[in-house]
Amino acid sequence: MTTDSTALAPIWGVMLGIAGGVIRGSVPFLYVSLGECLTQKSGKINLGLEGVLLLGAMVACATAVATGSAWIGVIGGGLAGLSLAAIHAWLTSLPRVSDVATGIALATFGGGVAFYFGKPYIAARPPVLPSLPLGAWSDLPLVQSALRTSPLFFIGIALAFALRWFFRSTRWGLHVRAAGDQPQSARALGISLGGVRTAAILAGGFLGGVGGAHLSLYFPGNWNEGVSSGQGWMAVALVIFARWQPLGCLWAAILFGGTMAIGPSLQAAGYGGYYHLFNALPYALTIALMIATCSKNQRLAGQPGGLGKGE
Amino acid sequence: MTPTSTLTPPAVEALAITKCFGSFTAVDQVSLRVAPGTFHALLGENGAGKSTLVKCLMGYQAPDAGEVMVGTRERAINSPADAQACGLGMVYQHFTLVPAMTVAENLVMSRADLPWRINWRAEHARIEAFLQTAPFRIDPHRLASSLAAGEKQKVEILKQLYLKAKFLILDEPTSVLTPLEADEVLGLLRAEVTSGRLSVLMITHKFREVFAYCDEVTVLRRGRLAGTGRVKALSESDLARMMLGEERKQTPVVRTSIRSESMMEVRDLWAKNDLGLDAVRGLNLSVRTGEIVGIAGVSGNAQREFVETLAGQREAEKGEITVAGIRYEPTRRALRELGVHLIPEEPLKNACVPTLSVAENLALRTFDRPPQARGPWLLRHGQIAAAARELMARFNVKAASPQVPIATLSGGNVQRAVLARELGGPAPRVLILSNPCFGLDLAAVDFIHRLIIEVRNGGGAVLLLSEDLDEILKLSDRLFVMQNGRLVYETPTATANLADIGRHMAGH
Repeated sequence: MTTDSTALAPIWGVMLGIAGGVIRGSVPFLYVSLGECLTQKSGKINLGLEGVLLLGAMVACATAVATGSAWIGVIGGGLAGLSLAAIHAWLTSLPRVSDVATGIALATFGGGVAFYFGKPYIAARPPVLPSLPLGAWSDLPLVQSALRTSPLFFIGIALAFALRWFFRSTRWGLHVRAAGDQPQSARALGISLGGVRTAAILAGGFLGGVGGAHLSLYFPGNWNEGVSSGQGWMAVALVIFARWQPLGCLWAAILFGGTMAIGPSLQAAGYGGYYHLFNALPYALTIALMIATCSKNQRLAGQPGGLGKGE
Repeated sequence: MTPTSTLTPPAVEALAITKCFGSFTAVDQVSLRVAPGTFHALLGENGAGKSTLVKCLMGYQAPDAGEVMVGTRERAINSPADAQACGLGMVYQHFTLVPAMTVAENLVMSRADLPWRINWRAEHARIEAFLQTAPFRIDPHRLASSLAAGEKQKVEILKQLYLKAKFLILDEPTSVLTPLEADEVLGLLRAEVTSGRLSVLMITHKFREVFAYCDEVTVLRRGRLAGTGRVKALSESDLARMMLGEERKQTPVVRTSIRSESMMEVRDLWAKNDLGLDAVRGLNLSVRTGEIVGIAGVSGNAQREFVETLAGQREAEKGEITVAGIRYEPTRRALRELGVHLIPEEPLKNACVPTLSVAENLALRTFDRPPQARGPWLLRHGQIAAAARELMARFNVKAASPQVPIATLSGGNVQRAVLARELGGPAPRVLILSNPCFGLDLAAVDFIHRLIIEVRNGGGAVLLLSEDLDEILKLSDRLFVMQNGRLVYETPTATANLADIGRHMAGH
């Protein structure tokens, strides 16, 4: 792939690798965390995002192969995520059902359905999303290939800003925040808790599915059972790290995407040692963040007050 | 300028409202009329049906029978939105502000006619214009979670005025305010009523407020109309008779004098609250045997955190507590050996396990020792049940049986059960109580007060924290005011000056 690797000092190779990793790897984190941010702001936890991600990836691949268009594949993946989240929305609207248990069950179910129906597509080569050549300013093929950006990256950034505007300046955004922060106040105002939360869970599922579609239709660009590296699970920690703020989710997704790329970049630049240690970095980061931000004495700033309560 | 018909408040009338919950009749054929531009008091004990009646007026509940008339026409009020459309607004005891939103966002969100896209510049201008004409002022950019209870109450009232309510229902509005704040808020509302811009229906149990601010009063007793009339024509004993059913004297407080020595000492106690900020700041206190020390204060000044530290629910950052000279750590063993007994507020949450039975809750202090324990592991349920029956009889705890979960009992009976557990055994050396009579009817309140006096006269050291100043004034030998985590004022109760207390409660 690289024709003249000696033209770049190794450190730049690693930096480019990380930059490329950010651009490619942060997209699933971004979409899944934005979707979970919306869901949690309304007061419900959806731990089934890993299942949503996998199902979205599989259905996107299948739809793209069937229709020949990657964009229709993305929509298909989103709709698959939405349907899985609909199950979660229905179950958690029943009294005394635990959000956490339903979410975990959904993750297992979604993954299982994806693997079972995805078997015919493992060897398939779906049409991939067009990539925007952000590296065209450089002559170096290494730079050019590292900076190929998927359009979903830019859409994701726009979505983060749009979600922030949504929470601040739209009636539905205020309703979502009220439903999540103090459900009894929302009820006193006549807001339908069930309606608001169902809509938030469905939208969150759609975004999660789109994040999964990005995996199978851009990078790595095919479907197999190892396509996800646990991004769905990590996204829940991401939302807490981002303090339930959409722009925080953006920066956190970039951070996590970057850390996922450290291992492969170092290996590509020739530092093959401690390969597994570097690959464990994102997961270690997740745990470290959870420990640092959770305290037995304090509630986290920004945490919706109604999260985890049975209302 | 002549006021147009849209600016004068309507007459609101409830006709023969009846509401039943299962077999329990909460409100029985109650009729109430509030003339336009009057300040009307709704008086009654806890459980008399005041809140239920008002919820029927506001559309939160549908009455089983009866009608509501606004102006001269009967209106079907089936939801709070309907009530808002008729110009009715209600201010609750439990606040309905969303903590993570600013005051402005809370105000704007409460409007039923909000467009899907909010133009904040226009909305802020509209709020500013509204605040110019409002009776009180608050910074609209403050987060609701940063407001003190008194400020939250003002914002709740402002919210209704912002929604152009012409008929305001207040549910015990001054229960969370200092005497000064209460006078300020009620005085300003009274001025609005007198100038003909507003009608107010105020639920209260304080006679002082009825006589100071109200034109007319309606009294409910056990769900029925017990009396109504113009305040000027009624006396306090008339109201008491209507409220309680007969001429009633409160049991007088008989204090016996005891040789007194220091029993509990708190030195330089510091503790943080849930958000990690300092709540209890260097509290110093000494409670002697045979006395009741009262701590007065508006809620939100770290009383809850202080009691939680004494109980062991919260860690103290600094400071020391000694009982009878021995250093006190809130462990089970210390509680038993030093004779420290605690009756916290919200007993179902803080002093009971809601899903355990009444008998098991009554045994929580004694289950790990004989006769209720056999060896280190086994329990003797027969002993537990027998002890429970005896305590329930002595303390008049009404429950279907000792085996039902304690959460099914009424608030008054839960509190009696906690009292039975804490006071039913050996006499306490130290008794700490926090808001023991909140939400209870007068008979239960009297019973609890008698028990507290008995502990005091028996030589116990009693620490009573309460948001009800009348209770503190009635029971305590000397009292403190707690403000912002410190004790800022001390006075013997006999010579207490209400104005000074009020000033210190407000932080001046």
